[in-house]
Formats: sequence, C-alpha cells, structure tokens
Amino acid sequence: MHEHLVELENQSIYIIREAFHKFENLAMLWSIGKDSTVLLWLARKAFFGHVPFPLVHIDTSYKIPSMIEYRDRVAREWNLTMVVGQNKKALESGNTFPAGKATRVECCGALKKDGLKALLEEKNYNGVIVGVRRDEEPTRAKERYFSPRDKNMEWNVEDQPPELWDQFNTDFAPGAHIRVHPLLHWTELNIWEYIERENMPIIDLYFANEKGERYRSIGCAPCTFPIKSKASNVREIIEELKTCKTSERSGRAQDKESEDAFEKLRRDGYM
Amino acid sequence: MNTHEILEQLKIVIVGHVDHGKSTFIGRLFYDTDTLPDGKYEQLVDIAKKRGVPFEFANLMDSLQAERDQNITVDTAQIWFRTKKRQYVIIDAPGHKEFLKNMITGAASADAAFLLIAANEGVQEQSRRHGYLLSLLGIKQVVVLVNKMDLVDYSADVFNTIEAEYRAFLKQIGVEPITFIPIAAREGLNVAHKSKQTDWYTGKTVLDMLDDFSLPVAPDNLPLRLPLQDVYRFDHRRILAGRVESGTVKVGDKLVFAPGHKTSVVKTIERWNSPSTDKAVAGESIGITLTEQIFVERGDVAMHEGTSSYATTQFEAKLFWMGRLPLSIGKKYKIKLTSQEFEGEVLAIHKVIDASNLSTSTSKLEIAKNDVAEVTIKTRVPVALDTYDRIVETGRFVIVDQREVAGGGIITGAPAASIASAENKPSNLTYNKSTITYEDRIQRNSHKGAVVWLTGLSGAGKSAVANEVEKELFIRGMHISVLDGDNLRFGLCSNLGFSPEDRSENIRRTAQAAKLLAETGFICLVSLISPYRSDRARAREIMTEASIDFIEVYVSTPLAECEKRDPKKLYQKARAGELKDFTGISAPYEVPEKPDLDIPSDQLSIKECAARVIDFVLARVEIDAQTDVSI
Repeated sequence: MHEHLVELENQSIYIIREAFHKFENLAMLWSIGKDSTVLLWLARKAFFGHVPFPLVHIDTSYKIPSMIEYRDRVAREWNLTMVVGQNKKALESGNTFPAGKATRVECCGALKKDGLKALLEEKNYNGVIVGVRRDEEPTRAKERYFSPRDKNMEWNVEDQPPELWDQFNTDFAPGAHIRVHPLLHWTELNIWEYIERENMPIIDLYFANEKGERYRSIGCAPCTFPIKSKASNVREIIEELKTCKTSERSGRAQDKESEDAFEKLRRDGYM
Repeated sequence: MNTHEILEQLKIVIVGHVDHGKSTFIGRLFYDTDTLPDGKYEQLVDIAKKRGVPFEFANLMDSLQAERDQNITVDTAQIWFRTKKRQYVIIDAPGHKEFLKNMITGAASADAAFLLIAANEGVQEQSRRHGYLLSLLGIKQVVVLVNKMDLVDYSADVFNTIEAEYRAFLKQIGVEPITFIPIAAREGLNVAHKSKQTDWYTGKTVLDMLDDFSLPVAPDNLPLRLPLQDVYRFDHRRILAGRVESGTVKVGDKLVFAPGHKTSVVKTIERWNSPSTDKAVAGESIGITLTEQIFVERGDVAMHEGTSSYATTQFEAKLFWMGRLPLSIGKKYKIKLTSQEFEGEVLAIHKVIDASNLSTSTSKLEIAKNDVAEVTIKTRVPVALDTYDRIVETGRFVIVDQREVAGGGIITGAPAASIASAENKPSNLTYNKSTITYEDRIQRNSHKGAVVWLTGLSGAGKSAVANEVEKELFIRGMHISVLDGDNLRFGLCSNLGFSPEDRSENIRRTAQAAKLLAETGFICLVSLISPYRSDRARAREIMTEASIDFIEVYVSTPLAECEKRDPKKLYQKARAGELKDFTGISAPYEVPEKPDLDIPSDQLSIKECAARVIDFVLARVEIDAQTDVSI
C-alpha cells in the first residue's frame, strides 16, 4: 500500500490513538483552519465517529467572524465538546495590536500563547494535540510527534529527546505537558488532497470570492490577509498549489515583524 | 514543478562526519530540482556579493532552517522536494557526535541514506559510526557520496582509495552499499549533471540514483501481527483498535492473542468514513470486533495460529544507547515494544562495541552514551516478540530512562520453546513483616492490593469467574489469590454451619483473611454466597478501616437458571428437604442494592464475565502513572 495519503492517514490515526491512551487529560486545539479541521476529522476516524476529548479554541476576539459561526455550527453537528479560552485581561487592558498598544508578535504572545497557557493550567491538560506541520516554517521542521513542554510551556529545541520507531516520549516531569503533532509530516498540498479525497467540509474563507481573493491561511482579521486567487473549490486550490512557490504563511503578518519572530514565539510555547 | 499527483514518497537521510558537506549537498539538490522559493537563490548570491564572500549553498540550507547562530545542524530537520517520479523528504541529520540521538531520530524513519565522505579528509569517526547505526536501524539502501572532489583535483585514485577503505568497513558490519558516487556539491559535479572533470566515473548522477531507490515493501505477506492499541466502547460496539504491523487480517479469521494465548474470531473490520471491506493489510490503522468477547487489552498482539511469535521473558538484542546516564546491568527500565510496555533489565552485556572503529570490550557492566552493545534482556512479564530479521515491527524496542527514550534495540534471538505459561513466572516472594511498607509492596508489584468480593446464589458462576480472573491476572504477573467459600469451610471455617450466625462468622473470618492478603499487596478474590447485606457491609467496613479497596461484584444469575444448572445437585437436595437453610430455597438472598459491578452470568460466557471483572479491577488497582517514576 503505497498511496502516500493513505500512509499519512494511518500514521496520524496511530498517533492520535497513542495520545488518547497515554494522557488522562487530553485536549485537541481547533483553530477552525484547514489543518486542525483535518486533524479533527482524523480523530473521528481514529475513534470511529466519536471525539472522546474536548476541543480547545483560543478565541482572540479578533477572529474573522465567520470562523466563530462555523465553529459553533460544526460543534453542534458533530457533537463536540468545546472549551473556549480567552485572555480577557489582555483584552480589557487593551494591550493588543488592534488597540494599538502592542506589536503583532506581542499581541500573538498575549492573546494566543498566554491564552492557551492559562487554559492549560486551569484545565490541567497534560496532553494537547496540535495541527502543526513541518513544511509550514523552519522551526516546525524540527518538531517531534510527541514534544515535551516544561511547566513554563518552553520548548527546548536544542535538546529534544530521541523519537524512533513510533515509540513516543510519554513520560514527563510534574507540571510539564506534551504537545502531540499528528500532522507533522503532512504538507499543505497533502491537506488539500485529503480534504478532496474525504469530501470533508471546510470553512469557505479558503475559496476565492467574487473579488478574486481567498485566504490561504486563516487567523485573526487584523493580521491575516487574503491572496489573489481564482481557486473557488478544493480541486482548483490543489492545482494552484502545485505551481505555487510562495510560502503558505505569506499572508500572516506577525511572522514578518522580525527575522526570528516566529521562532521566539514557538520556543515560548506558541503552537 | 511537475503536476503529478503525489502517490509516492521516499524519505532520505543525509548522514556523515561533521563538515563533510551535508548542508551544501542539500542546498545543491534543492537548487538543481528547482525547489527553492522564488528569488531565494538570487537573494543569497546578492548578499554574498555585498559582503565580499563567496556564495555557499550551505547558507541556503541554513537560511531555510534558521540555523543562523551556529553553522552546524543541531536537530534533524525535514524538507520536501520532488523529481518527476515522486516526492522526497530530505532528513538532514547532524554530524556532531554530541547530536547522535538526533541523527538516530532522523535516520530511524528513512527509507534510504546518502552517506557523505569528504575526499580531502577521507573516512572519519562519524563516517563509520553513522554507517554502523544505519545498519542497526535497518536502512539497507545506502549510497556513499565522496564529496569535495574539487579539493583533490577530481582524482580517481583518491576516490578509489576511499571507496576501498569504506567498503571494507561496511562489509564487516554486513552492509552492502548500492554504489559510491564522486561529487562536488559546491559546483554541482555529478549531482544533476555529469562532468568531464570526472570522465573516469561511468556511474549515475545523484538525481538519477535517487529515482532508483525502491520504496519500502509493505510487509503484507509476512505473518499477521496486530498489536492492540486500545479497546473502545464509545457505542454499542466493543472495538479493538490497532495498526496491522505485518500480514493481513480478514473477517472470519481465527486470532490468537499473545502473550496470553487467548483465541477468538474476527467478526467485523471497522473503519469510519471509508468503504467497508472484509480485510485489512499491513500499515492500516483499523479496528476489529470479535465474535466472542474475550478479555484482551492494549499490548496484546493478534496473530494467526501456527504463525505465532515468541512469548518470552528473555531475549537477545543488539542495542544502541543515547541516555544521559549509562545503561547499567540489573537496573529496572521501562521497555516499549509495539504497544507493549513492560519492565525489564539487562541480564548480561556480552560485548560493547565502539561503532567508530569496531573495537569491542567484553567486560563492561554498563553501556555508555553512543555505544552499541550485544545484551541479554530479561522482562518481568512475558512479551510477544519476533526476531528483527523475521518481522521488523515486532523485532525492535526502545528503553526509557530519565523519562526519555534512551536506547533502541533489535532482537537477535529468543529461547526456542518460550511459550508463555504460568511456569516461567518467578515464584512469589515471601514478605518480611517488619520493615516493608504497603507502598514498597505496590511499587514492587506495580499494582495495588484489593478485595474483590463476588456474591451471588449457589451455582451462579462465582467460582468459575474467580478462577478465570485469577488465571488471567496471574499470567500478567500480578499478585492474585482466591478465597473460595467452599474451600474455606474445609479448614479455617470447618467448625461453622449455615445458620445466619454461622454465616455471619464465616464472612467475618473470610473478610479478615482477605484483608491480610490485600495488605501484603495481593488482589484477593473472594467467592462466597454471602447472602446478607449486613454481612457484606461489614466486610466492606473491615476493608475501609484498613484502607483497602473493596469491590463488590454481584454475579446476578437468576434463581431459575442456577437451579437449572445445579452443578452440585444442591438445589435438588434442598427442594427435597435434605438441605436446611439453603440460600434461595429455604434461606433468603438479599440482592446487593449498589454493587460496584453487576455480572449477568446467565447472559455472558465465563470468559466474558471475567473480562468485565478484569477491566474493572485493573482500573482500580492501577498505580497512578504520575507517581510511577521508579522505572
């Protein structure tokens, strides 16, 4: 069996099941984007239609509004347990980029990273499944499938434990938690090919509108920009990606504030 | 870029001594396959020109990988590119000795390897060590690239000398490289195009070689190995979930589950949002349901009869060690093999090998970081395994130390006739009363003590269920005993009759005996009619006072069914008036109001009843994983 998507799917299911077995207090991050929606779909595959853990959404309050509508509708239809986290303190004090009191990266750090950290502490999750992929950007290329974070959520990228033969690191110090990355080995193209193969629903922000624009990556409205595109369905997106040589996150402004902005965010516990 | 669908992917690891040109080679590959982002190459050439330094392809890699601070690859990074034939993942593995664990992490998932040796430096320490580890990791497709040919004037002699030396080394460790290619990654010599500077070389370019690598063959034709990951009961189905590691499984197949040797038949193969089929092949993550519900769980390996694996507590292995602390003889480690997780120790170190020069030492008591060794491993419980040369997936394992995967090994041999049985268990230990605490005992046993109280009518199946549970838990290495009502009346309670008072005393004595056993760490199954609520409540009280978990199991076979079974012809006698005070006939049975578990043994087989009890008990006696740091 060499069809590559089949291999990816089986591997991801295996990883999700390992995580479910290993962690008593497990959650999956769902950003409503294509990757974590594929991840959610794979969880339903792994557990034969069920999703036996909560889905965590970190709501910055600046998400594109249709994302929240989509989230709530799918959560109802698929019978999901949703846990929504929000850094209310940062929002109230106005220390955000849209309020003009923070850089984009600082804003990401406060609303997403700190929002996540607070929620993990509150709920005591010791395993968190995240939809990051190696091909997204350089620091993610070095990730492990099971990646430990210490109690301050920090990632020790220089000294990661070995991982081989699908034997994952599941032991960790008190207070630490493990990020689980079932999609690590998928590419952007794989994600779309899989969405096509499974005929699975995906939020329509990814499809070109009448102005000839679509989102290639979705996030907060003030920092995420659409690209020029005529691709209005999954097939057309796949065709577009095959000839495309610009980076997927090119529409994500926070990555570009400084050369290593994103790397710093990730070391500190960003997803 | 081509527009083929991605149907094939091959993973290639690039290894070799530090500074032998791995990053430069990868940069060159990307350039030659037109994989770089638009303008990247021009941008870097431009930067180099402004700084007045020569452009380096390695910088290209570094800029892609954000390794700006150091010029060496620290962790393994993976990057994609495509040829017309298929997609490739390049795994860039670090060449420094300190980062060997990262090299292993990268190489372990590869299908093929390019090993670089710089022509001007020749075969070095990590050239040999990496070659050795590739063979241990089972990577059979190895191409050696003799790089930096430009620094030795493209000399055929230098190339031939290196090839002869390294080929001889690989031969000693049983590796047959596919070929050697002279290259100069910096100028692209023999990467995408042949060059007249090495007109003496008649072989292929690197890119042509790439497409010649073969994809791994899925082990569909080997014996079936389906290690269970979990058992799910999210709806009416009881699904055994797992990945077929080798072979094929079909509906209707009779399966044997190792190491316990239980059998059942595949009823369905379960998938979600996939066409339903009646078989699954190697590599598929699926679920199965069985026609008869037997107690199986994570770690059990399903296979076909007649092609079974070893089930053993001892095996021979070759292992590599990456731990922060050395691996010591006799120390207890957590070992993971497929989905099995168990405690084991190195019984003997036969040989420690320095992989960089193949020198060996036979007298060591520990294995240091980066060393390779041949060892005998002993496990606490029987483990289902194969030798690595028979089935790769069930023939390798990792060892955990300091909460991290610290070593990996391949199984080279196991005792010929090692079928799991109660006989190859260590004998039970005699406990010293004075200084050993309950905590010591549960640490040793890896489970807590408990009293499992089976109540129900005569003939309900209490003893049969208790015996089945006892057998299953014993095989799993747990400390277990049964106090059977009938047996107790032969000795401890031989002076008691069946009046309410005597029954009450009978239960008190039994409860006290059970308490003593549970306090020494046993799981004590009590099989006793115990018809009165008040007596059972007293038994529970005795345990609660002693902080022992009490699990009340109601074996709820109805009277009519028990009377029909009447295995000891007691109902017959009671009906005839020959037996006085017989529960259900001439004495009352007070049904438990809130048992911990209700087992309708008239509706289930003994095995199914036992499975439910085991499920329940295991969850209750489990030691909290967070506190389990001793192994």
